[in-house]
Amino acid sequence: MDFGPFLLLAVMEGLVSAAVLALTASGLSLVFGIMRVVNVAHGEFFMLGAVLAWFVSQFVPGPAALSFALALILCPLVVGLLAAIADWAVLKRLNYEPEATIVATIGILYILQQAALSLFGPDARPVPAPVDFRVQLPWFGYAGYKLVVVAAAAMILTLLWVVLSRSRAGLIMRATQEDRDMARAFGINVDRVYAGVFALGAALAAMAAVLVVPITQAHYLMGGDPLLLSFITVIIGGLGSLRGTLIAAIVIGLTDGIVSTFFAPTLARIVATLAVALILVVRPQGLFGRTAP
Amino acid sequence: MKRDDLKVTPTRRDVLKGLGATGAIALGGLSARYAQAQSAEPIRIGFQLHRTGIGASYGRWYERTATAALKVLNDQGGINGRPVEILFEDDGTDPRRGAEVVEKLVMQARCDVVMGTLFSHVVMGSAPRAGELRVPYLVCSEGHHVASGALNRWVLQPGITDVKSQVQSMAPFVTQNLGRKVTMVFPDYAFGHDHRDFFTAAVAAQGGEVIKHIAIPPTETSFTRYFPQIPRETEVLYHVMVGPSVLTFVKELGEFYGSGARPQLFGFIDSLEAVAIDSPGLEFLEGSHFWEGHPRYRQDDAGEHEDLYRAAVGVDANGASVTDPRDVSTYSHMFSVWETLFILKRAMEAAEYRGPADRQAVVEAMEAMTEFPEGLEHPQGPKLFNGRTHQAFGLQSISQVRNGRLVRVHRTAMEDGFYPDEVDYTTMSF
Repeated sequence: MDFGPFLLLAVMEGLVSAAVLALTASGLSLVFGIMRVVNVAHGEFFMLGAVLAWFVSQFVPGPAALSFALALILCPLVVGLLAAIADWAVLKRLNYEPEATIVATIGILYILQQAALSLFGPDARPVPAPVDFRVQLPWFGYAGYKLVVVAAAAMILTLLWVVLSRSRAGLIMRATQEDRDMARAFGINVDRVYAGVFALGAALAAMAAVLVVPITQAHYLMGGDPLLLSFITVIIGGLGSLRGTLIAAIVIGLTDGIVSTFFAPTLARIVATLAVALILVVRPQGLFGRTAP
Repeated sequence: MKRDDLKVTPTRRDVLKGLGATGAIALGGLSARYAQAQSAEPIRIGFQLHRTGIGASYGRWYERTATAALKVLNDQGGINGRPVEILFEDDGTDPRRGAEVVEKLVMQARCDVVMGTLFSHVVMGSAPRAGELRVPYLVCSEGHHVASGALNRWVLQPGITDVKSQVQSMAPFVTQNLGRKVTMVFPDYAFGHDHRDFFTAAVAAQGGEVIKHIAIPPTETSFTRYFPQIPRETEVLYHVMVGPSVLTFVKELGEFYGSGARPQLFGFIDSLEAVAIDSPGLEFLEGSHFWEGHPRYRQDDAGEHEDLYRAAVGVDANGASVTDPRDVSTYSHMFSVWETLFILKRAMEAAEYRGPADRQAVVEAMEAMTEFPEGLEHPQGPKLFNGRTHQAFGLQSISQVRNGRLVRVHRTAMEDGFYPDEVDYTTMSF
């Protein structure tokens, strides 16, 4: 294949990774930014979204687009609710101690993974795409749905941005992030904010998974890669900075697409991990993070 | 009257006789019961099963096939008149856990032999432990690792042909009918490397050339990014993939070529095992060719044994479960479980197996075997067994996708797959 089409394909693939990564990582970033909780179970919320999407696609009759639309609304809600319960039942009892929450979320990771194995089974299961068209370029064909994923992710992220920066809920979240005790003094129910943020973070991961599952199939072990890449993104972007996370997701997604198309996906993973190490040495707070007060 | 009295009243001699007879019966009865107790002790076969992990769809069908074969075997009277049990233990398709499973089956569950492993990295991880435990380890894997001499005398593969033999016997069909410039896509671990090495050599021997190797990590979930590496002058794209993402792989391959020009496709059915060939997005496979170990769709010339086997394992004429048409079998691999179990029966009977002390005799009995005729015990077809390399050789099928079904267009000859021995396990110590 010539260089031009090769690059085009690489960029398209990169954009898809970037879109999914941006959604997943923004969830992780929110949870860390506002709650200071390192959520190791984030990838499993992603997996749950995909697995639930499969259940919806199986049990909702009618065209694929309908069941998919339903999954896109229902799955993040269910996963968010589950996350809120986890927050109330586990994290809150630990007073959000950083070390304790890491260990606790590792536990949640295994519980969710094994529950999925028991209830969903060990097989990878396909979920039909809501739209089925192919973009035929002179050099290669491309799944139209992948472009839909990019557009949908961009829309959801814009919505998230508006909610965080313009709405009252966003204001409360930012206030809690700024100073938890002061927020409480002003009558904000911090417990409820935390539960809500944890749920929102998980729901974002689930949403990313529902979008991507028609491309990759649902599988109970699919949470590992998104978790690793989300961590890389959040560290490079700056812990707790949503803008940093988005920019880092685009950079990492595109690098991943281009490096893995031109060279090898393993090399892309090596490059990303090295970049994290480099950032941690040179600029520990990340590209857009603020230094700890 | 006196005579009558004598008749009814037992004399001392009568009583003694009676006692003796009763004693004899009692003794005989006891000893018979004892003998029965010894022979009624079931033979326990440990089955290393990929119930979870990347081999799960194979594991599901290996378990069903083993259970079906076990029923036939026990209905026939078991092994040496003893009933047979199979203990399934999940290894998560993980080599490290594989070794632990072998140990658990042998040390804790007291299994007489261990069998059933498919994924070659699990075989590689478990075989040394089986050797240390001195337990026959019968793999159903296709990998060349047994015949290459990399393992030990306790490991045998009597139920399925290895990759080296498979690809060597198919290469002439590929170069003569599809094209001579081949690009290979394969998983980047032992099984894929067998394909890379032996198919490349086999194509070269036929005057063709493999112009590009594309290795894909077995845990990969997205494949489009690998396809631009396929050189434009490729005439045949040879693909073999494994794991849960195989459907994604073939789908993305179809998307990539779309309606544009594409090379001929020759796939190992592994790329589609447990996947319905009429899945949406796979229409582009129409007309392409696949290797099949055992034709998934019932062929018109299927014999009586094939039909008996198909019914016993619960597979319909389309290769799917009779209870769920969406649950497609791993038909090209699972026959090896069935056949291995019956070969084990023959070997244990030849060795007059009584207990773990006779394990070595089982291996030696198997090494002495040479031929397995087609029949209920060998529904996939006849096989030759090489006791020196511990490897079986059978017939391979090449099928073409026609109207969304796989139709066999070529069957290799036994000698197409022969190659010089690389090891003589019989000279190794136990």
